[in-house]
Amino acid sequence: MALLDHHKIIEKNATLLLVFSFLIVTIGGLVQITPLFYLENTIEEVEGVRPYTPLELTGRDIYVREGCYTCHSQMIRPMRDEVERYGHYSLAAESMYDHPFQWGSKRTGPDLARVGGRYSDEWHVDHLVNPQAVVPESIMPGYGFLRERMIAPTHMSSRLTADVRVGVPYTEEMVAEARADFLAQANPDLDPSGLEERYPGAQQRNFDRQPGISEMDALVAYLQVLGTMVDFSTFEPDPQR
Amino acid sequence: MADPTDDDKPHPTPREQQVADNLHVDASDPHESPANPENRIGIDRRAADDENREQILANAPEAIIGPTTPQRTRKTTARRVARNVVEVKSTGHSWDGIEEYDHPLPRWWLWTFYATIIWSVGYVLAYPAIPLINSATQGLLGHSVRSEVAGEIQRFEEANAPIATRLASVELEQIGQDPELLNYASNAGGAIFRTFCAQCHGSGAQGSSGYPNLLDNEWLWGGTMEEIHTTVLHGIRDPLDPDTRYSEMPRFGTDQMLDDQQIDQVVHHVLAISGNPHDAALAAEGEVIFVDNCSACHMEDGTGDQFQGAPDLTDAVWLYGADGQADPATIRRIVHDGPFGVMPSWTDRLTESEIRAVATYVHGLGGGE
Ligand code: HEC
Ligand code: HEC
Ligand code: HEC
Repeated sequence: MALLDHHKIIEKNATLLLVFSFLIVTIGGLVQITPLFYLENTIEEVEGVRPYTPLELTGRDIYVREGCYTCHSQMIRPMRDEVERYGHYSLAAESMYDHPFQWGSKRTGPDLARVGGRYSDEWHVDHLVNPQAVVPESIMPGYGFLRERMIAPTHMSSRLTADVRVGVPYTEEMVAEARADFLAQANPDLDPSGLEERYPGAQQRNFDRQPGISEMDALVAYLQVLGTMVDFSTFEPDPQR
Repeated sequence: MADPTDDDKPHPTPREQQVADNLHVDASDPHESPANPENRIGIDRRAADDENREQILANAPEAIIGPTTPQRTRKTTARRVARNVVEVKSTGHSWDGIEEYDHPLPRWWLWTFYATIIWSVGYVLAYPAIPLINSATQGLLGHSVRSEVAGEIQRFEEANAPIATRLASVELEQIGQDPELLNYASNAGGAIFRTFCAQCHGSGAQGSSGYPNLLDNEWLWGGTMEEIHTTVLHGIRDPLDPDTRYSEMPRFGTDQMLDDQQIDQVVHHVLAISGNPHDAALAAEGEVIFVDNCSACHMEDGTGDQFQGAPDLTDAVWLYGADGQADPATIRRIVHDGPFGVMPSWTDRLTESEIRAVATYVHGLGGGE
């Protein structure tokens, strides 16, 4: 066939080969990715999902830094056994403010998508400091040093701005008050009304029950909010997905 | 080495002369003669090239060398079965004498490949697949992961419905009387315990420091079905459940209600009433402090109060201990910092019948009252 004979031209011309390969990959990519941006049912709207509070966001950064995702996923798949063990299957909307998302595919430990409220703060601290003290069979490493590392919200507003750049709807007020909100969430003696108004459902506690704000406070605050934002008693799943 | 000049003309041996003749080179030319060691590589290469060329010409397709007669066919004989290997055409590509043959794909592979193409067409029609303007095609089978999982959960719920409803509606005390209910509740409760409770209470319900052992007959809040049910339903000191069980032992040291010496004294009193090694003089001082500060919750004799979840301090069972034993340092820390054991509420996570099942399981572990 005459047309097919021309493949020699491409094979013998490296630049041309590169250009055509790129073209093909681009078409493949566009076909797969573009619909996700305009199809209405990609992310269904769900009530209750809010951006993370400054303290939770800091905890999330620690979670990513420590590589917890190498052993823990954060996505409950729509299967009966998973739903019975971990709770309602995850919705796309629940990770819409996650940059980057923590879905993961490796489960050395259990899924953490709905671990919020399932254990006490004390348990999380005991467990993170020495997992084998509470779960003798555990192979999780200890993270006791988090309790000793004190943190201050020095760059909190810039941290929120960074997320605004990638589409998280933090308001100007949230960015301006980031420092105050960070401090208020970990200290029960401070007035939580501003925090609660900006971040409905935010929990104010001294998470590690020791003075000052440590990385442990932030990480536990993050773990305790995981999967708790959507009220599933009123959620009606759209079966068309 | 310098270029060979006419001065040192090569003196080929008879063998070298023969090689030169075969290759049609001049044995007396210093640039070609095999007698000159410098030329040997070039000569070897040329010999190989010649051999190659001949082979290529022998196998080349018509397109390159024009029709040959008769058609050449490679014929090999396999070890056991003689079989013809049909002519393998060349693609005409040749790089440095290496030629690319045009072997046909194995038949089984080719047909599998065609089958996957046909399968994919059916799949695209049957399942959600192609993105359109507003949504993706839904597929003829009407498949949906969500309805599938919902359906499966419902199937199991329906299968369990008769007994689960009965479990959720009878009087708590009756569960133990009905062998069928008891059997179901203990089994289901065991599974629930291993999924939701073992992380804190241990896989065998043996507990660890701060997390009570549920096997013994010492109870913080009560070991009747009624009390266990309430504990599991609303938790203990759960900040998110307004009906949770609540009490809080003061932080005697942190809040400076007692000084270090007084704390030492009262700790020795606690060690004394529980029959552990102690300093008698300190313990005697401690008794007064205990009556003044602790008896409202732990009672004057230290036997505790289940209404407030205050443990019995006279027995050998320690909520906060080391390997289940009394540990002076831990007791001191508890009195100084104040304990705050939290057990989550399960109202939102488990159904009433599940809570009753796990309460029955815990009640049946040995310590149930
Ligand atoms: C080496 C793998 C590994 C790493 C890394 C790891 N974990 Fe774990 N994790 C486990 C295993 C295994 C378990 C189950 C046993 C247990 O409870 O300790 C677990 C359990 C947990 C649980 C209890 C979950 C449940 O529902 O029972 C939490 C919470 C948790 N990990 C948080 C973390 C956090 C936060 C980090 C990062 C700081 C982390 N893990 C890092 C392996 C890991
Ligand atoms: C986050 C850890 C945690 C989990 C998970 C947990 N518990 Fe507890 N549980 C505790 C703690 C801590 C206490 C003791 C509280 C106190 O100090 O009064 C407790 C107390 C109890 C008691 C009261 C014991 C007594 O002596 O009165 C019962 C009963 C109980 N738990 C049952 C359960 C069951 C059943 C489950 C699973 C559905 C469960 N617990 C899950 C931490 C936990
Ligand atoms: C307001 C009530 C209250 C008062 C007053 C109180 N306690 Fe307690 N105590 C408790 C409760 C409740 C617990 C269990 C706490 C928990 O599980 O988190 C407890 C636990 C303890 C424990 C740990 C028991 C164990 O099994 O590990 C010790 C020891 C103890 N108290 C000693 C004292 C001493 C000594 C005083 C007086 C100086 C005192 N308590 C005063 C309520 C009280």
